[in-house]
This record gives sequence, C-alpha cells and structure tokens, in this order.
Amino acid sequence: MGTENKELKEWYKDQFVKFEKRLNGHSKSFMQKYRVESLKKFDEFELPNMKNEEWKYTNVRPIFKHNFRPAVLAEKVEVTRQLVDKKLYKQFDCNVMVFVNGQFEPAFSKLDCLPEGVLVDSLEKVLHIIPELVENKITKLSATENSFNALNGAFALDGAFIYVPAGKIVEKPIQVLFLGGSKTDDVLIQPRNLIIAEESAQVSVIANYQPIDSDKYFTNIITEVYAGKNSIIDLYKIQNEGSESYHVEKMDVHQDETSVFSHYSLSFGGSIVRNDVNSTLDGEHIECNLFGLYLGNNDQHVDNHTFIDHAKPNCVSNELYKGILDGKSRGVFNGKVMVREDAQKTLAYQSNKTVLLSDHSRIDTKPQLEIFADDVKCSHGATVGHLDDQAYFYIRSRGVPSDIAKSMLIRAFVSDVFEKIKITELRDQINRLIFEHLQRVEI
Amino acid sequence: MIQIKNLHATVDGKKILNGINLEVNKGEVHAIMGPNGSGKSTLANVLAGHEGYEVTDGEVIFNGKDLLEMSPEDRAREGMFLAFQYPIEIPGISNSVFLKTAIDEIRKYKGEEEISAKDFLALIKEKAKILEMDNSLVSRSVNSGFSGGEKKRNEILQMLMLNPALALLDETDSGLDIDALKIVSKGVNVFRSENNGVIMVTHYQRLLDYIVPDFVHVLYKGQIIKSGDKNLALELEEKGYDWLKNGELETA
Ligand SMILES: Nc1ncnc2c1ncn2[C@@H]1O[C@H](COP(=O)(O)OP(=O)(O)OP(=O)(O)O)[C@@H](O)[C@H]1O
Ligand SMILES: [Mg+2]
Repeated sequence: MGTENKELKEWYKDQFVKFEKRLNGHSKSFMQKYRVESLKKFDEFELPNMKNEEWKYTNVRPIFKHNFRPAVLAEKVEVTRQLVDKKLYKQFDCNVMVFVNGQFEPAFSKLDCLPEGVLVDSLEKVLHIIPELVENKITKLSATENSFNALNGAFALDGAFIYVPAGKIVEKPIQVLFLGGSKTDDVLIQPRNLIIAEESAQVSVIANYQPIDSDKYFTNIITEVYAGKNSIIDLYKIQNEGSESYHVEKMDVHQDETSVFSHYSLSFGGSIVRNDVNSTLDGEHIECNLFGLYLGNNDQHVDNHTFIDHAKPNCVSNELYKGILDGKSRGVFNGKVMVREDAQKTLAYQSNKTVLLSDHSRIDTKPQLEIFADDVKCSHGATVGHLDDQAYFYIRSRGVPSDIAKSMLIRAFVSDVFEKIKITELRDQINRLIFEHLQRVEI
Repeated sequence: MIQIKNLHATVDGKKILNGINLEVNKGEVHAIMGPNGSGKSTLANVLAGHEGYEVTDGEVIFNGKDLLEMSPEDRAREGMFLAFQYPIEIPGISNSVFLKTAIDEIRKYKGEEEISAKDFLALIKEKAKILEMDNSLVSRSVNSGFSGGEKKRNEILQMLMLNPALALLDETDSGLDIDALKIVSKGVNVFRSENNGVIMVTHYQRLLDYIVPDFVHVLYKGQIIKSGDKNLALELEEKGYDWLKNGELETA
C-alpha cells in the first residue's frame, strides 16, 4: 500500500505542476499560497483508511487507486442547453448557476434579477476582481484535515460564490447545477463553494449534483458557509451523481448569533459517497437544522458525518437523518453533537433511522453526544429496522397490492424529512427520485 | 356467504383458535363477544389474511372460494374488509390517495374501470357526511395524528368507500364517546343490506342497542362456546362470562 500511495501522490503532484503553469501571474496571491500549502499537506497526510475512527466504516481505497485528472487539465466538455434544462429542478422560479466539470458556464446561467449588492458569481472571477471578499472568509473557515480537503485546496479554483450583504433578502432560490463527467478522461471535479450571508440577510440555495452521462469521475467538494448575525440560510443538497462516480463533500458552517441555518442533504447517486457537515454555533440563540435523506441500492456506499458544535448558550439544534438501503448497499451515520461548558440551556435533538429493504444491506450508525454543560436538554436515538409488518398488512387488507403497499410504507417512512422541504415544488421531484432510485412504483 | 369450519390457528407456536365453526349469510349481522385474550382479534386477522398467524387446521369458504389460499389483497378484492382494533397511521399518504388506490385496485381485479376523480370526490363527500367527518380529516394523512375516536370513524369511512361483502369490525366501538358511537352505528346501519354481512367484535352490549345483531356468539379460549340471539348479549351484560366458562369446562 505504501508504494501505491506514493505513486498516487506523485500523480497529483505532477498534475499540480501542470495546473500551476495554467495559473500564470497569480503566484503571489493568497490563494496560490493556500494551494501550495494544501499540496504540501496532501503529500504529508496518510490517506484516509479504516484504521482511522473517522473512516472506520468507509473504504475509500477505490477512490485513491485511480488516477483522476483534474478537470481543468482535461479536455473541455461541451454540454447542450437541452441537457442543462433536463437536469434542473423545475416548477419554481429560481436563479441558476451552471458548472460543467467544476467550471462556471455563464451562458447557461440565469442571474439577472438579484437584489442590489447581492453577488452570485464564479469564485474564480471573484478572486480576480475582489479577492479581499474571499480572502477574509476563506482561510478562517475550513481547516485542512485530511487528504480530500488537501486535494481540494491544492486545486481550488472555481465554485459557486454567493454573497448576500446585510439586510438583503434573495427571494428566489439560487439553483446551482454541477454537471460532471467526460468521455475522454476520468475527471476530478473540485468545486469550492462559498456562501456568505451577512447580518439579517436571507438566501436559499439548491446544490444540484448530476452526471453528464455515465462516465467515471470524482467530485470532491468543499463548501463553506458563513451565516451572519440574524441571517437565514436554507441549503438543499441534492446529490444524484452517476452510478460510477465518487462523491465527497466537506461542508463547514459558521453561525453567528440568532442565525438560522437549515441543511437538507438528499443523497441518491454515486458509488462511494461521503458527506461531512460541520456547524459551529458561535453565538447565542442560534438554530441549526440538519435534515438528511439517504438512499442506497446495489453496491452503493453512503456515509454521512455530521458535527454540531454548541459553543455558546441558548442554541437549538435539530437533526433528523433517514435512510433506505436496498440491494447490497451500505450506509454509515456518524452524528456528533458537542455541548461545550459555556453552552448552557442548549437544546439538541438528534435522530437517525434506517430501513433495510434487503437482507444484504447494512448500516453502521453512531450517534455521539459530548456534553460539558449541565443545564441542557439533549436527546439522540438511532433505529434500524424493516418496513412495518402490521402497516404492510393494513394497506394490503384494503386491496392494495404488495408492491404499492411497500411504496406507501417507504413514503410514510420518509414523510417527516420530506415535509421539512420548504420549496414544496421540489417535493414531487424528490419523490420521483426516491422511487426511481429504489426501482419501485411511485406513489 | 362465509363458512368457517373447524378453524385452528397458532401464533409463534401458541394455539389461539381451537376449532371455530361459524356461518354468516348475506343480510346477517353477527356479534362476537368474549373475554380479553379469547381470540376475537385473532379470528378477524386470520380471516383478513394476516401472515403472522398460521392456520393449522380447518377451512374457510368465502363466496364459494377457498379464502385461506388468498393473499390479503385478494381477500379484500373478493369483498372482505377488516376494521382494525388498532388502526395504523400512514403519514405522508393522504386518505384520499389511499382510498382511491384501494378502490381502483379492487375495480381492476373485477375488470372494471378506475373511478374518475370527480366520482371519487363525490363518493367520499357523501360517505364522510354520513359519518359527520370534516373535510380536513379526509385530506389528511391516513390516521396520522388522529384521535382514537377519529381513527375508528375513519375505519368506517373506508368500509363505506370500499363497500365490501363482509365487514369484520374489531371493537370499532371501543374508545368512542356517546355521540361518536351513534354516528359510527349509523354508518354501519347505512351499510347493512341484503347483499352483505357483518361480523362485529365488541365488549359492550351498548353497541348492540344501536346495531341490532341477528346472532350473538361467545368466544372463549379459541372456541365459540355459546350462540344465541341478541338476548344473549343482555344476559352476558348481567351475568358476565363465568357461568359460561364453567359450562365449557364441564363439557370439556
Ligand atoms: N403476535 C402474537 N404473539 C404472541 N401472542 C399473541 C399474538 N397475537 C395474539 N396473541 C395472543 O393470542 C391471544 C388472543 O389474542 P386476541 O388479540 O385474539 O384476543 P382478543 O379476544 O381480541 O382480546 P381483546 O378483547 O383484549 O382484544 C392472547 O393471549 C394474545 O396474547
Ligand atoms: Mg381484540
């Protein structure tokens, strides 16, 4: 394994040299320094492996056995407007950003009716014109903790940049479509997303990850979110990557006092999927909602790691993750809630429920509560089971056939997460994805 | 319409039904009474096709067909309906989607066309009115967050919508207040006709004041130990079950 790792590191270091040549003229920018540091860390880090507690149930060796080519160094893939249209979630009015293999495609984007002062653009462009806007936020937030983070940092170039200044409300959601895959190369796509809502700002974002075709590719994302005082951010992530692809995201959220951050993690596609969501509640009266729905079928592996850090008093966190696993799929849930000494009057709820539809599917679930304050209300629970027999009988006893009865039970199981989705027009489309993914009759 | 002959059933190897014999003809209402744990719900569940129970002996002929061979859904399509003692909550599935699916499946089985949305709405409105059910209850998820009494009423709504040949009502009266009991009874009486039959399980003579049965049976330890007319229920109300239990022991 040692030499294998070495070869892999050499491959990416090599790619980095080529990448740097492309970036001529920016060698002194803070971003370039960050890239170089990240590459150094990538070289130093041991690749994540199952001996490490954080990766205990998720084997990422298949990802690192493969030499992916950073998409900027690969042949550019052209997509059609029809394809873009097909991949967007519809039936509601929204702003649109489109990225193809990590690169912004302004021609397909629609950002013409944003309130004054709101900046929604490609990170690469913002780095050119107002680097200080990024500089002040980006280095503070996401720490480089493992090889995936380091790899993203080394090649960090583009991604969605969303900046909502104080008091501004973006009424229409911003849908960001990330299309991935190439016929000519196995591409590495590394979006670097940054969402900043300043005091009392409000914004709703849909991150839509999908394949162009059925190619093998690897999406490795870092998303950083800054929720200023009294701001409200809704962030929907709908991960429906190709079945041959790998998908890793680390999201770091920093919340200031009285902010409300809600994340809806809807995970459908991908072969190996790892989602990390970390939120630091760094002020009083903060609300943090983490809702998740993960579906697994065939040989899929879906790992959700969450970390909610209650650093200050009087905050509320709500976490509800539900999964349905069929075929030989495997799920992992690791939800950590930390309540620091200072964080009195914390309310923290966490629940993880999984239904196994086949005898060969499996979930490893690990809720972790670490409480250092005494006046708090915290609860957590994890259940793993099958569809409810009694309910199954009840439905069939009305003349409903077994396949539809099962679909109804699946729908019933996910209904509480489902009803959290505030963009109601999305619900039907998510519903379709659920049943498509499980290859069952839609109800 | 249904002939139950020497029906034996077990659950987890435990004998619950020990030779039930019962015949119900069209137009008849049969009440089944009996102490807790005597096997009343088990009988209802076995007839509806619950897979948790194993039939170890006997046969059941329903409209000339072997009932025990059929899946639960086919039994429903053949006209069997069970109003559950403990109705199940199905969040996320509205009452109307649930019932339209059921009606269409039953129709499909009979080679009939699906019910149109318009006819369905008219039908559910009509039936909900009989049961004095609010429109909001009809559009809500099946039994989800319903009160105990509302759930029971919803079972009767389903019965009226599906219009079965044989309705098994398992303690539909339990947990109902006086007014709700009257309303639910009205629903059953509207349903009763020369073309269908009713088997209702109850602990209370009171229900039988509203829905007058043709026959009353006492189930004890998985057997029918006494049958009679509606006066038997009055006698039970007065004397309890002990005098019958002793009789059963003597004959045993
Ligand atoms: N799934 C099961 N596993 C084990 N025992 C069961 C199961 N279902 C029923 N029983 C047992 O079978 C017996 C009969 O139960 P049943 O529910 O049919 O009684 P009942 O006459 O309906 O009682 P009640 O009046 O309380 O509703 C009881 O002793 C019960 O505990
Ligand atoms: Mg019972």
